[in-house]
Amino acid sequence: MNRAGSVDFSLWGAFRCIVARDLTLAMRRRADVLTTLFFFVIVVSLFPLGIGPEMATLRIMAPGVVWVAALLASMLSLERMFSADYRDGTLEQMLLTPQPLPVLVLGKVFAHWLVSGLPLVLIAPLLGVQYDLPPEGLLILAVSLLVGTPVLSLIGAIGAGLTLGVRGGGVLVSLLVLPLYIPVLIFGAGGVDAAMSGLGAQAHLSLLGAFLLGALILAPWAAGAALRISME
Amino acid sequence: MLEVSNLECVRGDRRLFAGMNFSVQPGELLHVHGPNGSGKTSLLRMLCGLAAPAEGEIRWNGESIRSLREDYCKEMTYFGHLAGIKEELTALENLRVAVQLAGGDSAEDGLLDALDRMGLAGREDLPAKVLSQGQKRRVALARLLLCPTRLWILDEPFTALDVTAVKMVQQLLSEHLHNGGMVVLTTHQEVDIPAGTVRRIHLN
Repeated sequence: MNRAGSVDFSLWGAFRCIVARDLTLAMRRRADVLTTLFFFVIVVSLFPLGIGPEMATLRIMAPGVVWVAALLASMLSLERMFSADYRDGTLEQMLLTPQPLPVLVLGKVFAHWLVSGLPLVLIAPLLGVQYDLPPEGLLILAVSLLVGTPVLSLIGAIGAGLTLGVRGGGVLVSLLVLPLYIPVLIFGAGGVDAAMSGLGAQAHLSLLGAFLLGALILAPWAAGAALRISME
Repeated sequence: MLEVSNLECVRGDRRLFAGMNFSVQPGELLHVHGPNGSGKTSLLRMLCGLAAPAEGEIRWNGESIRSLREDYCKEMTYFGHLAGIKEELTALENLRVAVQLAGGDSAEDGLLDALDRMGLAGREDLPAKVLSQGQKRRVALARLLLCPTRLWILDEPFTALDVTAVKMVQQLLSEHLHNGGMVVLTTHQEVDIPAGTVRRIHLN
């Protein structure tokens, strides 16, 4: 068999191929992407309406509300990460490519974060203004979300992989994944609080960074194993 | 070469088959047939490594496919019930992604030639959702032209294909066997392959 035609395809190439594919798909199914963002905007905006215009109260609540809304929005988009690929058989093909599965999973998670996590990071400072957050609070809010939302996508990938093809997978994935989100929530919201009270958010952000590194290393392997189990 | 020893498949409480032994040598085609529900697809999913056998072992050139994993995937192409085609991507994009991930040569000309040969000339840039079922299967089969793998595992490759396409795929299989490739396939149709050895396994 002639093997001269085969091209050496690097890990980076495989990663880029998956990211480009998923971004193209997201561009052609924009409604799905916008749902997450609108959900986040609406949930965050409902709180000031329900609680009333008491600035001091709103300021105290802001970090928690924005972070919980980000958690729920990320939860909402998790189901989309693998299920479409599972239904049309492309996931099956992905498991059978000679590329290492963790790299492909990482590509999918990164693309998923770009379309469902990054928009939240960008819009959060604008929403924070509704809660009368001071500039340093807004800055730390955006930074903590920037470091924290990829962790949510990475951990979520494990849950999404495990619940593939399961009836009522959406509810199950929340039960599975939300408890694991708690540390991210505590240190993400805590960082903004600390920055506003003048303590400095460095400790919180460092911990979030540590979570991100840990998740980057472990989650793609765990999610890959979860996918293999689900496909059997 | 592909060797299977003492393979057992259990689905739920039912044992579909047990103690299955066979091997596929270069230039051989193994035609698995049997009634619906006899475990053809289960067998093929085990052979490509998607499912784990209840018992027994599958070896590729003497090594278990479980331990080879990615090295085995380099040598094998699986074509399942699901075509693995993204509705939102065009035929060309679908093929490009599939070939790139499979480590094949994804030069634009080669992709267009392959689609042309599968009878999809002029439809390269249409989103797959406007293609018919048969045309989608043709896009998926175009992969076989571009991935230099030695073992093809094909689950009902002729489904939804018209007479010309079936002929073309048989021609493709024949060329592959002639070049020392191996094929395992299931189909309810008669396989008419001039080149290579055709062997049969009956499941019931």
